[in-house]
Amino acid sequence: MSARYAIGIDLGTTHSALSYVETAKCEGEEVDQSILRIPQLTAAGSVEDRPLLPSFLYLPHPDEHKPGDLTLPWGGDPTRLIGEHARRQGLTTPIRLVSSAKSWLCHPDVDRKAAILPPEVPADVPQISPFEASVLYLSHLREAWNGVHPYDPLDEQDVTVTVPASFDPAARELTAEAAKAVGIENLVLLEEPQAALYSWVNDSVGRWRHDVKVGDIILVVDVGGGTSDFSLIAVTEQDGALELTRIAVGEHILLGGDNMDLTLAHVVKQKLKQTGVELDRWQLQALTHGCRVAKEALLADAELKSVPIVVPSRGAKLIGGSIRTELTQDEVTTTLINGFFPEVSVDERPAQRARGALTKVGLPFAQDPAVTRHLAAFLSKQAGATEDLDGFVEHAHWASFLHPTAVLFNGGVFNAEVLRERVLQVLNQWLSAEDAPPARLLEAHDMDLAVARGAAFYAYARNHGGVRIRGGTSHSYYVGIERSMPAIPGMEPELHALCVVPFGLEEGSEPVMPPQEFGLVVGEPVRFRFFGSSVRREDQVGDLLEEWSADELEELEEIQTSLPADKLKRSEVVPVRLQAAVSEVGTLELTAIPTNAKPDAEASDWRVSFNTRGAGGEPDND
Amino acid sequence: MTDEKPSLSQRLQPLMREAKRLSAIGWALTRHWLGIAARETWIVLKRLPIASYSFARALANADYAQRLTDLYIDGASSLPLATSATPVRVPQPAPQPTAVLQEAGPDSALVLLSLLQKEGRFLDFLQEEVASYQDHEVGAAARVVHEGCQRVLNEHLSIAPVRAEAEGSQVTLNRGFDPAAERPTGHVVGEPPFTGALVHRGWRAVEVRLPQVASSRDVRILAPAEVEL
Repeated sequence: MSARYAIGIDLGTTHSALSYVETAKCEGEEVDQSILRIPQLTAAGSVEDRPLLPSFLYLPHPDEHKPGDLTLPWGGDPTRLIGEHARRQGLTTPIRLVSSAKSWLCHPDVDRKAAILPPEVPADVPQISPFEASVLYLSHLREAWNGVHPYDPLDEQDVTVTVPASFDPAARELTAEAAKAVGIENLVLLEEPQAALYSWVNDSVGRWRHDVKVGDIILVVDVGGGTSDFSLIAVTEQDGALELTRIAVGEHILLGGDNMDLTLAHVVKQKLKQTGVELDRWQLQALTHGCRVAKEALLADAELKSVPIVVPSRGAKLIGGSIRTELTQDEVTTTLINGFFPEVSVDERPAQRARGALTKVGLPFAQDPAVTRHLAAFLSKQAGATEDLDGFVEHAHWASFLHPTAVLFNGGVFNAEVLRERVLQVLNQWLSAEDAPPARLLEAHDMDLAVARGAAFYAYARNHGGVRIRGGTSHSYYVGIERSMPAIPGMEPELHALCVVPFGLEEGSEPVMPPQEFGLVVGEPVRFRFFGSSVRREDQVGDLLEEWSADELEELEEIQTSLPADKLKRSEVVPVRLQAAVSEVGTLELTAIPTNAKPDAEASDWRVSFNTRGAGGEPDND
Repeated sequence: MTDEKPSLSQRLQPLMREAKRLSAIGWALTRHWLGIAARETWIVLKRLPIASYSFARALANADYAQRLTDLYIDGASSLPLATSATPVRVPQPAPQPTAVLQEAGPDSALVLLSLLQKEGRFLDFLQEEVASYQDHEVGAAARVVHEGCQRVLNEHLSIAPVRAEAEGSQVTLNRGFDPAAERPTGHVVGEPPFTGALVHRGWRAVEVRLPQVASSRDVRILAPAEVEL
């Protein structure tokens, strides 16, 4: 029996949203979506329903609020504030604010289940883990939903939670675990750019089949508040019906709209500094807000020469203490358009600066702000992405980058038409340089809520028939094997990579297992070096790579396993094979299966877990 | 040794007596209420001839319908109708008692004020002495107030003009117009319908979405004092 509602949750870096459809009221691809209005504190003692829940969490001092002023309709935890009030409190008291928890969730160098957020705070400020923050955002959404639908609680509905396409297997698993922790049973994960495309399909009410044709390659450019995410989706044909196949995803780029507003604020701050006006931290935040409003006005109207910005005084003297300045069209053009969306040629690559050895533990923000340069790198890297697809052969051999034929924009940044046009213009320049036809623009609506809507559409379409984007795993995965050879001083042993997961392994398909065996010592944790590749599509399970170029394989966090000693003799060496499968939820599952296992043994005992504890962290002993 | 048990009928006798007594009371009560119901029905039924007659004649005869309408409107002239756009509505025929004057509760006003202050520095602006400042200084501050307060209005109220027509165009106020929503000014004589120029379109709060307020919150604090540690 299927659930009454199909729900899509966009668990975003800066905002979360929940969209839902009542399955009984839908017909084919005509899906009627509603956005849940989420009750949240907007000030002490004041609760409002908003369509977006800012993904901010504030850990208040016990004396900071009156008891009772932090009450939510469902009670709530007064030591964990979520939403608009949390965001505002954090503007003035940043040491108690947890922000961008999602970016920390896929940070390879930290223990994602350790209380590390907010980072680097005084001793008596409480901290929570990135994982816990995700659980808290989801449980806030659950309570908001259950308050409106008490007879159809969230845990009984079909729920899709979105993740960036660039999330690695460990971060996906943590997201799924967080959803399970709040009781969501019927869970599926969906990549955000795919959700954006589903939303477009949903809005077109079936017309999309006329807007695209077999052989089209849709580039989804999703620039949100904190991250940029690219995906390529090909239009293919199966038994006469159009199909969508996701063929490539980009890397995780921590670069988004917030960087742009902050950059503009710094430009204006420098301008003020030249006139002898210094701004403190609070004023800079007010200026950032002013710049965002001014930017939107300037981007919307190219005729506008400048928009005045007033930085209000912090004290009660508003007229006397305010600082007046302005943001000009030129400044927006040079900083924003030329800074973040420069006209570059397709062979340019994002600048990589060597990180200082003593950098504090922080988020690995993108070092090159140019979105177009990241895009050039992505398309060039994926030049051969369509080689294996029927009907796409003519692209491959001579093009220096993959030629998209259509572009779909998503994310709040692209609410500005100028920026959509700019990216399209740069892309079309690259295309015309290789004599390819220009890419078309697919019209998207409501870029802030599209991901949640697309996710709800998917939750519905999955159980009730409807177009599905196929694709499977976006990478092939390998474990590192040291080749046995005589030790040579000063030389690391040669490393080979054994393919354990082929590219495009689909969810729910048969598990795969390379024939190679490993010797595992019972009762002792064993680690494997783990690699992923977004370009090696042809490798089959069991293939052993002896060499590869540096940009083909990317080393991920180690994976680890430990054979429990209760079923086998401790410190005995047992031969195992590694089995890989993609669960229905959409997470990758690796299992070490002893080749001489008794038939009644449970495979789950030998689950190989992804290391989410950061480099050098202790293995999981529970 | 055992006592002789009373037979079943002996044991039931007191119960039967009690049941008879209760059913007698029940019957009396039923008759009483049935009587009342019948009387009430008869009172209503007696009005049936005049009700059907006026219904039929109002349908058949336009003059009679107009007379009836006038009768209703005069009987309720102090009752404002929702809008002039809707056809004349039938209000209560009973004469209206004068409205009770009551003070508006301060809470919503204070909540709205604190919102205007938080987003648009409304109180700071009004509480400041403007005389000593140049116009451009006041103007700069007014941008902060305008941007913030407008956001509050958009978020918490849906405001629409009362009259959709352009200002300056000729409009008609029909008989039974709502004087609270449309105010005739100037040469106000004679009987409606009135025709005149629309001077101001008016504003109507179509929807108010104020936040829910915790019972513990002191709404008299419009903005807290801030102390940076």
